[in-house]
Amino acid sequence: MSKFSKKKSGEVPAVSTASLPDIVFMLLFFFMTVTVMKDNSLKVENILPNANEIKKLDKKDRVIYIYVGKPSKEYEKVYGTEPKIQLNDKFSDPSEVGSYILQERAKKHQDLQNFLTTSLKVDKNANMGLISDIKSELRKVNALKVNYTTYEGDAFRNLQ
Amino acid sequence: MGKRKSAPEVNAGSMADIAFLLLIFFLVTTTIETDVGLDRMLPREDGDYIEYEQRNILSILIGVDGALLVNDEPITPELLLKTVIDFIDNGGAQTGEAFCDYCQGERRTNLSDNPSKAVLVLGTQRETSYGAYIAVQNELVAAYNVLRNREANRLFKTSYIKMDAIYRNPQTDRTTKELLNNRIRVIQKMYPMNISEAQLKK
Repeated sequence: MSKFSKKKSGEVPAVSTASLPDIVFMLLFFFMTVTVMKDNSLKVENILPNANEIKKLDKKDRVIYIYVGKPSKEYEKVYGTEPKIQLNDKFSDPSEVGSYILQERAKKHQDLQNFLTTSLKVDKNANMGLISDIKSELRKVNALKVNYTTYEGDAFRNLQ
Repeated sequence: MGKRKSAPEVNAGSMADIAFLLLIFFLVTTTIETDVGLDRMLPREDGDYIEYEQRNILSILIGVDGALLVNDEPITPELLLKTVIDFIDNGGAQTGEAFCDYCQGERRTNLSDNPSKAVLVLGTQRETSYGAYIAVQNELVAAYNVLRNREANRLFKTSYIKMDAIYRNPQTDRTTKELLNNRIRVIQKMYPMNISEAQLKK
């Protein structure tokens, strides 16, 4: 009897997991760099329409966001099911859009104040009446550059 | 002095666990937001009103159910692109300043004189859905892009979309940008985007 028994020849050597941390770190860094922390939680349904003739939005510090859509489930009882405007964290009337834009504009750096874009993130089931109200408010405060933010896709799908 | 003891090795086995924890945190909090859309300039509130001739106006109405009326005639969404292109590129003016030497339209007398005079008037009703509105806006931009690409290909052997993308890329150097800016201006002057919006009472 030998003291050192021979290993069975058929045994598969264990897979080395030494490089596992490296792989995980790589993934981690990827997600860290692409992550955009949400600044405000959405209180409205926000399924954007599709379009394919699109342009990229400006840098984030030059954009003011306006959300429009039906109040989401938990707010339905209080605010009803008609589409509403969400500015920052609260539901608002069209008449408040102007002061909101001025307020946000004042927060931005002075050099950027003339180059701001208003991004309209509007649910595709919202109706145009509300949008025209918002647009006339935007015109009143001279915020003329707007971007109808969309998903990339076939625009005809919006019609169905 | 004796030999210094070598530092004990740190056990890195739990590193993976920590990294996983962080990874899962970022996975959960990540929202990849969309940052593309259709750019538009709204008209100034105190803008001047210019009178347009009837032939230079193409009115597009979007009904409540998404039905389209172009110059008061119903039309399917698939035909909209061609109708708009035909209208803009018509080049109906036969002589004079308004004559369009690069237009390839049919030069009919009931459509626009010149691309710079052609105006698309987009009308909606309060109950029209936003999705339908964006679909139509998208087609209007598409029509302009088709024409602009055609002219860019003819004059500069590249497409307008490509020039615009390179121009907007922050890594493009200055001299290229200047050159592209001039070329883009030339094209935009040939086919300026005139989209006006009206709210209909009804």
